[in-house]
Amino acid sequence: MTATESAPANVVGTPRLRKEDPKLLTGEGKYVDDIHVPGELWMGMVRSPHAHAKISSIETSAAAEMDGVHAVYTGAQLADMGLWIAPLPCAWPVTDDMVNPPHFPVATEAAHHVGDIVAVVLADSRYGAVDAAELVDVEYEVLPAVASIAEARDGSATAHHDLDSNKAFHWPLMPDPDALEAAFASATHVVKGEFVQQRLIPAAMEPRGVLAIPSPAGGDVTLYSATQVPHILKVMIAATTGLPEAKLRIIAPSVGGGFGAKLNVNPDELLAVTLANKLGRAVRWTESRSEAAFSTHQGRGQLQTIEIAADESGKIAGVRVHIDADMGAYMMLITPGVPLLGSFLYTGVYDVPAFGFTCDGYFTNLTPTDAYRGAGRPEASYAIERAMDMLAAKVGVGPDEIRRRNYLGGGGPFENLETASTLVFDSGNYGPSMDAALEMAGYADLRAEQQRRRDAGESKQMGIGLCTYVEICGLAPSRALGGLNYGAGGWEHAVVRFLPTGKVEVVTGSTPHGQGHETSWSMIVADKLGIDPDDVQVLHSDTAISPLGLDTYGSRSLAVGGVAVAMACDKVIEKAKLIAAHQMEANADDLEFAGGAFTVKGSPESTMPIQAIAFGAFTAHNLPDGMEPNLQEQVTFDPPNFAFPFGTHVAVVEVDEDTGDVSLMDYTAIDDCGTQINPLIVEGQVHGGIVQGVAQALWEEASYDADGNCKNPSFLDYLVPSAAEVPSMKLGSTTTPSTSNPLGVKGVGEAGTIGSAAAVINAVCDALSPYGVTDIAMPATPARVWKTIQQAKGGQS
Amino acid sequence: MIPAPVDYVEAESADAAIAALTQHGDEAKLLAGGHSLIPLMKFRLATPTVLVDIGRLGDLSYINDGGDHIAIGALTTHRALETSALLQADAPIMAHVASQVGDPSVRHRGTLGGSLAHGDPASDLPAALLASGGSVVAKGPNGERVIPASELFTGFLETALAADELMTEVRIPKATGAGWSYQKFNRRAQDWAIVGAAAVASGNGDGTRVALVNMGPTPMLSSAVGSALSGGASAADAAALAAEGTSPPEDLNGDAEYRSHLARVLVKRALDEAGS
Ligand SMILES: Cc1cc2nc3c(=O)[nH]c(=O)nc-3n(C[C@H](O)[C@H](O)[C@H](O)COP(=O)(O)OP(=O)(O)OC[C@H]3O[C@@H](n4cnc5c(N)ncnc54)[C@H](O)[C@@H]3O)c2cc1C
Repeated sequence: MTATESAPANVVGTPRLRKEDPKLLTGEGKYVDDIHVPGELWMGMVRSPHAHAKISSIETSAAAEMDGVHAVYTGAQLADMGLWIAPLPCAWPVTDDMVNPPHFPVATEAAHHVGDIVAVVLADSRYGAVDAAELVDVEYEVLPAVASIAEARDGSATAHHDLDSNKAFHWPLMPDPDALEAAFASATHVVKGEFVQQRLIPAAMEPRGVLAIPSPAGGDVTLYSATQVPHILKVMIAATTGLPEAKLRIIAPSVGGGFGAKLNVNPDELLAVTLANKLGRAVRWTESRSEAAFSTHQGRGQLQTIEIAADESGKIAGVRVHIDADMGAYMMLITPGVPLLGSFLYTGVYDVPAFGFTCDGYFTNLTPTDAYRGAGRPEASYAIERAMDMLAAKVGVGPDEIRRRNYLGGGGPFENLETASTLVFDSGNYGPSMDAALEMAGYADLRAEQQRRRDAGESKQMGIGLCTYVEICGLAPSRALGGLNYGAGGWEHAVVRFLPTGKVEVVTGSTPHGQGHETSWSMIVADKLGIDPDDVQVLHSDTAISPLGLDTYGSRSLAVGGVAVAMACDKVIEKAKLIAAHQMEANADDLEFAGGAFTVKGSPESTMPIQAIAFGAFTAHNLPDGMEPNLQEQVTFDPPNFAFPFGTHVAVVEVDEDTGDVSLMDYTAIDDCGTQINPLIVEGQVHGGIVQGVAQALWEEASYDADGNCKNPSFLDYLVPSAAEVPSMKLGSTTTPSTSNPLGVKGVGEAGTIGSAAAVINAVCDALSPYGVTDIAMPATPARVWKTIQQAKGGQS
Repeated sequence: MIPAPVDYVEAESADAAIAALTQHGDEAKLLAGGHSLIPLMKFRLATPTVLVDIGRLGDLSYINDGGDHIAIGALTTHRALETSALLQADAPIMAHVASQVGDPSVRHRGTLGGSLAHGDPASDLPAALLASGGSVVAKGPNGERVIPASELFTGFLETALAADELMTEVRIPKATGAGWSYQKFNRRAQDWAIVGAAAVASGNGDGTRVALVNMGPTPMLSSAVGSALSGGASAADAAALAAEGTSPPEDLNGDAEYRSHLARVLVKRALDEAGS
């Protein structure tokens, strides 16, 4: 036996360094762009420079004649080649009458956003492919572009010239319209917030890229893709190309972050697979950074209107929300579903008797939108938490007090509570979260310092912003997804197998791209089976190794996939127990399993380590009659409910009134993600999540001109924050186990982002409140803050 | 993005670089640290057909005491400026401003000569050179000439250097013990200035020189502030003139009105810190 037999101490709940990190930190991680095969061809995309234009003609001969160029294909030629049998998929047709204009990998008649692909070059080098793409001469008939949601709504131009409106769908969530009406009719206070969720460019450390390798014998293609969703990709490629699933193998090698932007089925993926299959040569592409603003979907893009009706004391009577959502030029995989994911959360952590939500989706001639860290939930949390501050001001109480007056369950612990948005929250306990956050932030001292600065009339004013968020994650109960018209289930699959050496292999359908699945799954298995976490090997991200899976998004990995692993361990133990009973000549009911060994109750000397049983299961020399050899079990877990993590964040900002500069002075976050497996990973997820939300609040925005050109597609002026911009954060947690799964875990991948944008903007507004400022748009740039102050002061500089 | 095809020549000496420039004319570009030129090439905003690499000319990387001035080789990196004890003592604004450029990897590759020759109005070091009243040495096929800072920057990304000239040295008058300040306003630590202001109160009766970053097509001295100060105006009154004679750019970081306001605020802060 080579595995460690001594049982380790319990590892779940202890901070452990991630086992995947040495490889990644020393440059040993193999990303798609690191993998090369002989004879590979590079794709160079010819992209439309216009947001909306008919393609009049395409002249490819100069490019085709260039040295090193293998082929040039226009959209029309590709369509004739019969490489696909269906357009790119939208798996979430939110309504039966949703408009979904066909979207093929390469446009044939018209381009609908800047960067829409109109032709593809194949060349033997990356540079050659780009040079040749520049030689393709396309004549366009430029059409009017729809460059914003406001223009889409206005409708004087349409984003698709053959559609007579830009509206894609209307989706209501109106559990009780009459009750809502009544709540507003009899309210003492009504506050209304109108917020812009600007477009964001996801900026994972690793850009997207693909490499499709045909098998030498032909007919089979292996696709390496920088994707979060190899399993979903496989199904979708099969469905759009007609290639049988058995001929497709999708591998997501080391993947450097995704944040939702790698949760899609992209033109490049389909092109690589079909062209490799057709030409019998490997085909590859890696997006450049500036290309990513066009070749990868963007996040957010909503106009929100939220109203809260409340009684005299600020107790909420109703919440009414409408959003206009920017789909961009096409429906990508879950584009229209993103606002729906948020719809249920506009009631936040509050006891809201009456609720109503409507969403209109609109097409624009901009890069398509889709999931981006939080997907719908940061938007929801932002709206309700900003509006709660407005309500606090109206009622004349502090932002902490208005929240406490409205918490679900009176701010105390609850389980399985039905909310006005029709969901049942698994568990919560919001009051203590607020207490802990205020205490850790030093709230009373902060308020005193703020007052001191105000009294002294200092030019650097301070603002304190609170946010109590709840999020919906652990996607998801398949039935609930079905109810929303989503095109797949929400289960996850796991295999746990003992090897003859006594080591354990775990196969998971959940696909990590930076989250640390290998570490967390190993810890779960180590504790369950009483083995060393280093004796656990986690296999993933390759459809040939883990054929069943639904991948990683929506903070679902642990709450669904990790739970499946734990449940498979239980089944392994059950079977091992039967073998142990047989071999130890004991009654199975008399056996105890602890510390990695079966022991006969009351006779500690009669014991057998699980590794020995595993070996016996492998040799099968002495198994109970009729039992199958080997110790391997699988589970497909479909949770009965979502999980609802929550927390309270406190942001402290300093606003320099002379320049408008906002700096984040301090940040406190108390997060509750249920039972924690590895607190170090939780901390890392919360850190990154918070910064991503702060980034939306202060720095990031994809800006477009009136013609639909992105003004800042490069890192020169698309401002992703670095470590220098954020203070060392104070993190803490409360633990309220989920009732949705046996581990009691909730997700934590998106939580930070869901809490932080609102906390920061609440803080900025708090700093400026003496001027009567009640709102500021994101990102709160220095220029915008300074102008807001000038306007509030009455125009004088 | 991916640059257009280009030939590459590695220069063995300054003279070899000049010869290569003479041979290829406008088509050639000197390559020093590459941190301004390569990004432009990647966006295909610059498409030279020959790159003459001077990055390895070690004899043009030095910081020497030149008597009344500090002599800095054009190939000296920002990092070397930042950490030079000589500069910290005798021309501290140069060391400090170098430490404000970009991020550490930029400072380890980018050179003083490249930063000045690029002539970017948003760059930091040109303002430090202007406020210091420095000069640069240009070497061409016909020998060397000295160009005062005030004559170096001639247009947007244009300098007085001829196409066949190489900048070899930068000279900074000693300002030992003089008051100085650099106020860089940006949104993230590694960013270019939205607006910047450099001030050096030269001890020798020359008055205080104030240079502005990103307030027009070139790095510029603020003559309005300078003459107000020499006329005895208070720092506050002089700073109020900071936007005069400027034509600030408009971009996502701010419009002209905001930049003009920033110039006034930052010049005031710079003058206060420099003790003018
Ligand atoms: C991410 C990033 C952030 C940055 N942030 C800042 C910042 O905050 N502030 C700032 O000021 N700068 C910033 N820079 C620019 C940086 O300082 C550059 O290094 C510098 O501007 C150019 O120096 P270089 O040696 O890289 O020149 P190169 O890029 O090699 O050359 C620039 C130009 O100067 C010419 N040239 C170079 N050397 C000579 C010479 N000796 N004689 C004649 N001509 C020459 C070249 O032909 C070219 O036209 C940043 C750059 C990057 C990539």
